[in-house]
Amino acid sequence: MSKEKLFMQAINEALDQAMEKDEDVILLGEDIAGGANVKHLEEKNEDSWGGTMGITRGLMPKYGRERVIDTPISEMGYMGAAVGMAVTGLRPVPELMFNDFIGFALDSILGQGSKMRYMFGGKATVPMTVRTMHGAGASAAAQHSGSYYGMLGSIPGVKVVVPATPYDAKGLMLSAIEDNNLVMFFEDKTLYGTKGDVPDEYYTIPIGEAAIKRGGEDLTIVTIGKMLFVGLEVAEILEKDNVSVEVIDLRTVAPWDQETVIESVKKTGRLIVIDEANPHNNTATDIASVVSDRAFDYLDGPIKCVCAPNTPVPFAANLEKLYIPNADKVLREAAEIIDDLKA
Amino acid sequence: MSGKAQRMPESVSKVETSFKELVDLEVRTATDTAVKNLTSDKAKDMYKNMEDIRNFEENAKRYFAAGEIPGFVHLYAGEEAIATGVCAHLTDEDYITSTHRGHGHCVAKGGDLKGMMAEIFGKATGLGKGKGGSMHIADIDKGILGANGMVGGGFGIATGAAIRNKYKKSDRVVVCFFGDGAANEGVFHECLNMASIWKLPIVFVNENNFFAEATPQWYSSASNTIAERAVAYNMPGVRVNGKDVAGVYETAGEAIERARKGEGPTLIECVTYRNHGHFEGDEQTYKADFGEEKEWADVDPLNVFREYAIENGLVTEEELDKLREESIKDVEEAVKFAQESPEPEPEALYEDVFAD
Repeated sequence: MSKEKLFMQAINEALDQAMEKDEDVILLGEDIAGGANVKHLEEKNEDSWGGTMGITRGLMPKYGRERVIDTPISEMGYMGAAVGMAVTGLRPVPELMFNDFIGFALDSILGQGSKMRYMFGGKATVPMTVRTMHGAGASAAAQHSGSYYGMLGSIPGVKVVVPATPYDAKGLMLSAIEDNNLVMFFEDKTLYGTKGDVPDEYYTIPIGEAAIKRGGEDLTIVTIGKMLFVGLEVAEILEKDNVSVEVIDLRTVAPWDQETVIESVKKTGRLIVIDEANPHNNTATDIASVVSDRAFDYLDGPIKCVCAPNTPVPFAANLEKLYIPNADKVLREAAEIIDDLKA
Repeated sequence: MSGKAQRMPESVSKVETSFKELVDLEVRTATDTAVKNLTSDKAKDMYKNMEDIRNFEENAKRYFAAGEIPGFVHLYAGEEAIATGVCAHLTDEDYITSTHRGHGHCVAKGGDLKGMMAEIFGKATGLGKGKGGSMHIADIDKGILGANGMVGGGFGIATGAAIRNKYKKSDRVVVCFFGDGAANEGVFHECLNMASIWKLPIVFVNENNFFAEATPQWYSSASNTIAERAVAYNMPGVRVNGKDVAGVYETAGEAIERARKGEGPTLIECVTYRNHGHFEGDEQTYKADFGEEKEWADVDPLNVFREYAIENGLVTEEELDKLREESIKDVEEAVKFAQESPEPEPEALYEDVFAD
């Protein structure tokens, strides 16, 4: 059965079902339950925050503090511990509250977890899913709003997932937890309140498969995370000019689905990538590079990347709005490559 | 800890007059009862193990100098008593995390000499199929969660393994080896704190060899000892003579027993000396090759144990000599195995990035 659910509920439900299914799935992070050792909460077996955004609410009362571990504010320590838990047979799901805190936790991912299997001759397995929150648009300013999935996705041994819809969020979360590798799961904080149909039952969506969210013939728009909605908006607008846009939600940033993107570009001959990350060395530039290499002869114009500017995320609401890629910016770039179609 | 301990003088020129004082701060050696807990067989195993480490390292040095071993090599020779004394209490079910100076820990935890030697030669038969090298020797089946190229890289992994043991209600313990340099990484503090609040079955074994690369411990540490930092994390902190394997064995035994019983973590500082450079090729101009520092450097833990074991009637000199010969032979065979092993196939470059 399927019901309309919030993006945040979809994630909570996925975590719940993964924990139900496998007792080795253990959550850890800062305030993911909250209120540890607080007497009045303990007496009633209640959590407090259930995560800073309430995503993990209710899981501690159901599974206990052994499986929903509130950590001290020690990102390097507990992310390293997650690697140790994974390599000794558990299936930890650590939460890095904001992806901007990655500096503290990075060695566990870059130096340890991602490399163990390779360095140890294939004899180590590191099944862990790092949940983290990203994205601008919540006036959270420069240290709580970045989008670093591309940066993390450039590390060999790391898979990176960025869902845009509640349905994808649940299915990809369950895949991530089942996966025997280090998966980084990015949740856009501005999507938590969005709604969509989500089946009640356990289901998975393969990591590494993009989704064609709208079919089209003239222009391919590849999006990451909430940029899907910018892509869909642009497609609606261009439809009025008889330009048919195919919108591909990448869903997985590493490894990204080259076949789906290349096939689409071979059909349309035009490509725009919308990526909320800063503009250099990001997923968009990687896609542009691969497509120009693999499908150069099919291109009818330059590949356009619409990204955030090369600045930190500003606080002032008007500036933050300017920072995030939007339909106007995409349409300006599109105009250059679809001119002949409109004529 | 005593408040009487004096800081080392800032001037390196004064080290010769006070190095011994630094070594001797609150340091434990084997008690009279230690020997009662040492059987003759255990003593032989431990001596053989120390010889294996020593011979492994001497060969690593030799073949690195000969150009057969590539990369960086950080030698453990001189610190054998620590790895041996601690790991003598562990089984394959227990876990260790090691360091960039990790050959000794891996040998002591049962790492296969041939697989280890082949690994540092970069051969396909190595424990890591030649893709890890000296700083990344691991054998998960033996509970060796890896040497580590990151100073302090083992703290988190060890803490996580201990969380696993506690969650599984297992009596397995974890030993986290680390140097005096790693004690100044933030993650040291994070993990000691977490291990203590959660009463994890883990022993943090510090090897204070007085040098973090080219920087002395008496310069880089605000506390006189590493052990006294345990106070901040509400766990026992013990300082033991790291060249006295019987003392290390005794002290580690107490801490491991405590961990197995669910009584929480312990910090042990083993006072030793880094007889070799940070890496092979290091000219070590920062060391005092005279006075008390030299005297401490020259204390050989193997000789210390030989005397102790003979004196206490655990083994005879002939038996020890025989073990030494056996060890030399075992390591020679490991070298031969490594030399004769093939390089990894080219396709190995792409393998084992991801698990299925």
